[in-house]
Amino acid sequence: MKNRREFLQATATGALILGSQSKLGLAGMIDHKATHTETGKSRVVIARDPALHGPDGQLDEKHVLDLLDRAIAQYTGRDNPIDAWKHIVPVGKAIGLKTNGLGGKGISTHLALVMAVAERLQQAGVKAGEIIVWDRNRHDLEACGLTINTDASKMRCYGSDVSGFEDTPEQWGTARIRLSKILTRDCDMVIGMPILKDHTMAGVTFAMKNMYGVVDRPFDLHAGGCNPAVADLNCIPVIRQKVRFTIGDAISSVYDGGPGFHPERLWQPNALIVGEDRVAIDQTAWQMIERKRAEAGLNTLEAAGKPPRYIATAADATHQLGFNDPQKIHLMEI
Amino acid sequence: MIFRSQHVSARWILTASALMLVALASTGCKKKAIDPFPASGAVSGWEKTSDTRTFAAKDLYQYIDGDAEQYISAGVVTTSTSDYKYQGQLEATVDIHTMRDAEGARKIFATGVSNDSKNISIGDAGVAYAQSVIFRKGPYLVRIVAYQSTPGTPDALQALARAVVAKL
Repeated sequence: MKNRREFLQATATGALILGSQSKLGLAGMIDHKATHTETGKSRVVIARDPALHGPDGQLDEKHVLDLLDRAIAQYTGRDNPIDAWKHIVPVGKAIGLKTNGLGGKGISTHLALVMAVAERLQQAGVKAGEIIVWDRNRHDLEACGLTINTDASKMRCYGSDVSGFEDTPEQWGTARIRLSKILTRDCDMVIGMPILKDHTMAGVTFAMKNMYGVVDRPFDLHAGGCNPAVADLNCIPVIRQKVRFTIGDAISSVYDGGPGFHPERLWQPNALIVGEDRVAIDQTAWQMIERKRAEAGLNTLEAAGKPPRYIATAADATHQLGFNDPQKIHLMEI
Repeated sequence: MIFRSQHVSARWILTASALMLVALASTGCKKKAIDPFPASGAVSGWEKTSDTRTFAAKDLYQYIDGDAEQYISAGVVTTSTSDYKYQGQLEATVDIHTMRDAEGARKIFATGVSNDSKNISIGDAGVAYAQSVIFRKGPYLVRIVAYQSTPGTPDALQALARAVVAKL
């Protein structure tokens, strides 16, 4: 792996070839089934760095960028992160970064990770004004440490409280909702950036559940442990088509009492979970939460009455959103 | 005519005075609206850094989404929240859930108690962790969480909690 200085030097070179990049609708690497073309399995990378937090407990931004680069390199098989990003995102398109700040300051997508992704996107040729960091509302974004900006000459950051929602509801199965205009109108592609949490009702909230933040009344989707609503919601065509990649924040997490911030249940996996298949990502994240709960002497999510059944539902023949079968997940831990 | 006019005026004044007395009396009987959030400086070192936001039960999902259901099941009426800062550094959030009755507060409080919590004598019952304090008093369930952990965090949180409970 190259160091950050080398990456930045490479950026200058990279900028020269951007003009010759093909105008793909979406970058070539991303495919609808999110499977490895050779193995037929969904790839998921868990990248860890035990030194992500410094001795003072503060997050080290340099380590976050390095961890992101390692995760993307592993996922794409390309050592140069800028080259790798060019195969993930298209040029000349608006790229949304859907964060999750619902849990408040203590357990929201980390600012350092958002900025690291934004940095690499720009180095890969995405203009600052084509990057939209977004969530439900100003409070959620500010919980991540972000500042609202709607000036299109810079990286934008605003919530659905600014954009509003489509007038016409979308429906798939039990999910009848109105979608944020940020998703439907402002973004061509969305990278999900959820934060890993236990969830009082759903069991686990991560890649798929993050989509509750793109609708007008998420509370209506919580019946039955959010099953099948999470799966149904993720089947809505515009979500399926635009939310193409996930950079899951497992830098810190709550393993019980979520989705709110419970410092007594805070844990630092110091990890990123990356991939295209949100079902496979959630299946992987679920196992991480279970291992931590067992270590802490807590019941399994099933025994605690909150099994994340929506994950299996999302993988079933009706939804076909991805794979939850470990045999069909190519898990790469680095 | 002058006499009649004065007579009408006197009757009107008597009636209006009576109505005012009734209004004043009824206001006096009403419970004064509570603002349990300590103002900046009311507790040594603590500064209130945000406006108070209040959510009715039906809108609680806007604040805590998936957590809302357990509060609604327990009879939450409103949830109010405000941010604080201690000595310009330690950030914290105070959430005050007003439940329909004490039983609702008791129910939610029980979910916050665990083997590693420490009992504290604030309100009807209270527990503390390194970075949080949870207590209940009557129909109120209060949760204070800090976003940093320092040696002084537990004492600072409990001082803030005592100021809140004194206003409930």
